[in-house]
Amino acid sequence: MARRDARSVWRDNFAELKKPLVRDEARVEASRCLYCYDAPCVKACPTHIDVPRFIRQIAANDPLGSGATILEANALGHSCARVCPVEVLCEGSCVYVEWHEKPIQIARLQRWATDATHAADELPFEAGEDNGKRVAIVGAGPAGASCAAYLRRLGYAVTIFEKRKLPGGLNTFGVAEYKMDQRTSLEELRFLFRLGCGVKTGAAVDAKTAAKLLADFDAVFLGVGLAKTRRLGVPGEDLDGVVDALTFIESVKARDPKTLGASAVTVVIGGGNTAIDAVTQSKRTGAEQVILAYRRGREDMSAYDFEVELAKSDGVALRTNLAPKRIVGRKKVEGVEFAATHVVKGKLVENAKRFTVPCDRVITAIGQEKDRSVAELFGVALNGDGTIRVDAKSLRTSVAKVFAGGDAINGGKEVVNAAADGKRAAWGIHQALQDGAEPDADNAYWVSTIEGRVVAPIVPREEHS
Amino acid sequence: MKKRAKIDLTADCAGIKSPNPFWLASAPPSNSGAQVMRAFEYGWGGAVWKTLGQDPPVVNVSSRYGAMDLGGVKLAGFNNIELITDRPLATNLKEIYEVKKRFPKHAVVASLMVPCEKQAWHDITKKVCDAGSDGIELNFGCPHGMSERGMGAAVGQVPEYVKMVTEFVKEKSSVPVLVKLTPNVADVRFPARAAKAGGADGVSLINTINSIMGVDVETMIPKFAVQGKISHGGYCGPAVKPIALNMVSQIATDPETKGLPMSGIGGISTWSDAVEFMLLGCANVQLCTAVMHHGFRIVEDLNAGLEGWMRRKGFTKLDDFVGKTAPRIVDWKHLNLHHKSVASIDKSKCIGCDVCYVACNDTTHQCIAIDTRKGNRKPHVLSDDCVGCNLCSLVCPVDNCITMKEVDTGLKPLTWDEYAKAGMKGYGEVYRRH
Repeated sequence: MARRDARSVWRDNFAELKKPLVRDEARVEASRCLYCYDAPCVKACPTHIDVPRFIRQIAANDPLGSGATILEANALGHSCARVCPVEVLCEGSCVYVEWHEKPIQIARLQRWATDATHAADELPFEAGEDNGKRVAIVGAGPAGASCAAYLRRLGYAVTIFEKRKLPGGLNTFGVAEYKMDQRTSLEELRFLFRLGCGVKTGAAVDAKTAAKLLADFDAVFLGVGLAKTRRLGVPGEDLDGVVDALTFIESVKARDPKTLGASAVTVVIGGGNTAIDAVTQSKRTGAEQVILAYRRGREDMSAYDFEVELAKSDGVALRTNLAPKRIVGRKKVEGVEFAATHVVKGKLVENAKRFTVPCDRVITAIGQEKDRSVAELFGVALNGDGTIRVDAKSLRTSVAKVFAGGDAINGGKEVVNAAADGKRAAWGIHQALQDGAEPDADNAYWVSTIEGRVVAPIVPREEHS
Repeated sequence: MKKRAKIDLTADCAGIKSPNPFWLASAPPSNSGAQVMRAFEYGWGGAVWKTLGQDPPVVNVSSRYGAMDLGGVKLAGFNNIELITDRPLATNLKEIYEVKKRFPKHAVVASLMVPCEKQAWHDITKKVCDAGSDGIELNFGCPHGMSERGMGAAVGQVPEYVKMVTEFVKEKSSVPVLVKLTPNVADVRFPARAAKAGGADGVSLINTINSIMGVDVETMIPKFAVQGKISHGGYCGPAVKPIALNMVSQIATDPETKGLPMSGIGGISTWSDAVEFMLLGCANVQLCTAVMHHGFRIVEDLNAGLEGWMRRKGFTKLDDFVGKTAPRIVDWKHLNLHHKSVASIDKSKCIGCDVCYVACNDTTHQCIAIDTRKGNRKPHVLSDDCVGCNLCSLVCPVDNCITMKEVDTGLKPLTWDEYAKAGMKGYGEVYRRH
């Protein structure tokens, strides 16, 4: 593909799949909401956004009030509206599903409201009065950014240390472009950081800085995510033309023209949502044929069904029960040698016979490694699987002044989980540093959303008098 | 094969006949001969001409209409400040003549409004009769503008004027006379009785209701305005139907006006809306807002819907059901205090929105509970506590999920009337008073 076509490729192939609602659509969609009591969508959201309330505010023509309801509970509500797998969260729990009807388009309504908030260019809340305490945040991804915002609301001075040149972590670098472009992620953070967060980019933390952070700050929050994509551990993995999924997506998001049309056949190895992102992004950058190869059966793929459907509709060939044994090629990738697999008594068994699928690019997407290095710098204890061990309520680690959240503690979940962790940790830090303080009026609402707001009890028959 | 029964949709309201009961109400859709003829071609049974007055014709303002939308529903309520026709009387008379010539079987009714002077009413009555009108409707209802000049609702609100002007018109009219009533009165039965006393052949109701459509909270000026200011207008559309049905039923059941032919108006959009008016006693119906929203074409589904319903019900002509429901509208004191109904939730239909739960517990009688064990969200009714208020079944979004089931109390019917006469004795406490 000629380079002069690049602009139209980005425009045509990477346009958002979910378009924003227009005003009348938002009004009509909002008026469909039943305003459930103790609504399942609120419970399904890790940040417990009061969904019926924000939708009612849209219906009542108060988009800014609606935006405030969202951003109070989820400081990253603007990006979550685009990247959340709502089919398995809020929208999946909508009572309309029980009714065999289309659920309320919660994500698009949320986007309608936060877009309005961004357009109005005014944060719906302010930083709290300076309380004289300082918190260092390691990693400017969703967990760190969320934690920073809520700490600022509580009056803490916040400094974020980010090893990359841009903040946002996977929100900025790892989300398929048709879900959210890089600009949206950066705009969200710029908006949020108006609360007064100090952000140091290109600031990787080493042993020296870790010690300094522990000494200079009253608390430290680790939102460091995971490390590089896991290696296949097969011969030929270092050949030219083998790339890991996150690096590939990052270069697509950076609109690197070298990614355009550079492959006749791409093989993506993996079965998760990142693998799906890799295949769809490959297709959209002009790879002529894309094959998704997964070791086990379709039922074992961790990718959401709607993601797999998207890949299929993009014309991706899905090949299951194929275990990669070797990447073939002299100077450059020429193919992948697979062994067919089947399951015997729950165990994956490989056939002895091998065959090679010719290709010119291999993208590996078999999950990310745990990043033990940062945790080790701060001396925090890890779980057996390499995630950072925390207290579930406060997200405090084994080191008293260190808290953690996001992928580093859950092993790799959604942006909304990281956002919820950031909020929870901010309150955990406050509780630790202010000795169990009650939230003041400016902070009471979002604090109530950490566990989910308590509604009036729904009494079982026996207890009803 | 059994031959299908022939359904006769012919309507006769106070002697004004039309091929079906659907008339255009006196309003913008019946402003000109061209419009009325187009409407008749679509299948409308009649039209009440946009109100005629004395020359020189009135002048109107811009803009003229306002609306209230509800959720996704446009024009749930509608309002206008337009006056009567702004065309010369001779033009309208000529067009009435032409329409009648082309559509002799359709009803063309002249709506009239002139000052309360005998001569003025005599003159215009003769003119519209000469032009070939099948009937006359006296506009005693228009609540805006003309009422400030002593016409429209200003007449309709004073029973003596209603009677007097009706008499003026009856003295000269060769065709049936309907009096169009304003709802902007404390009790519609008084002007209805006055119309009958003045010799009216029937009444048509309701005209529009005094209303202000709202204030734009951004600009803080009225939502619908003429350069930033507005006068009250006439409110109509689907939102007013229950008010109209009440007034229709009052006239249908008042001993003094019972049997007075009625032409029903007020929020009719569908064939079933029309049937409701007719079941309460209207010989035919008039529509405006729905026509202004969707055009003349709606008459096709009005006629088809009415005919289909009559066929299902075994009716072959309108008289088979007109007024059938009217006897069921009674004073509160005649309702059975011993009737008991309780809500019943069909769990197979329930989607667990719990809107009924919060409505019942916050606002009415606290008789719905949810056993939240095992993550259950589906509510159940505490039957012993339920007073049968209906609220849960009304707020439930699922058709027939919550229904009200009659409970046999084993008690003889007892009305308040009887209870009071018995010295407040004999009431069986059929529900728990909380």
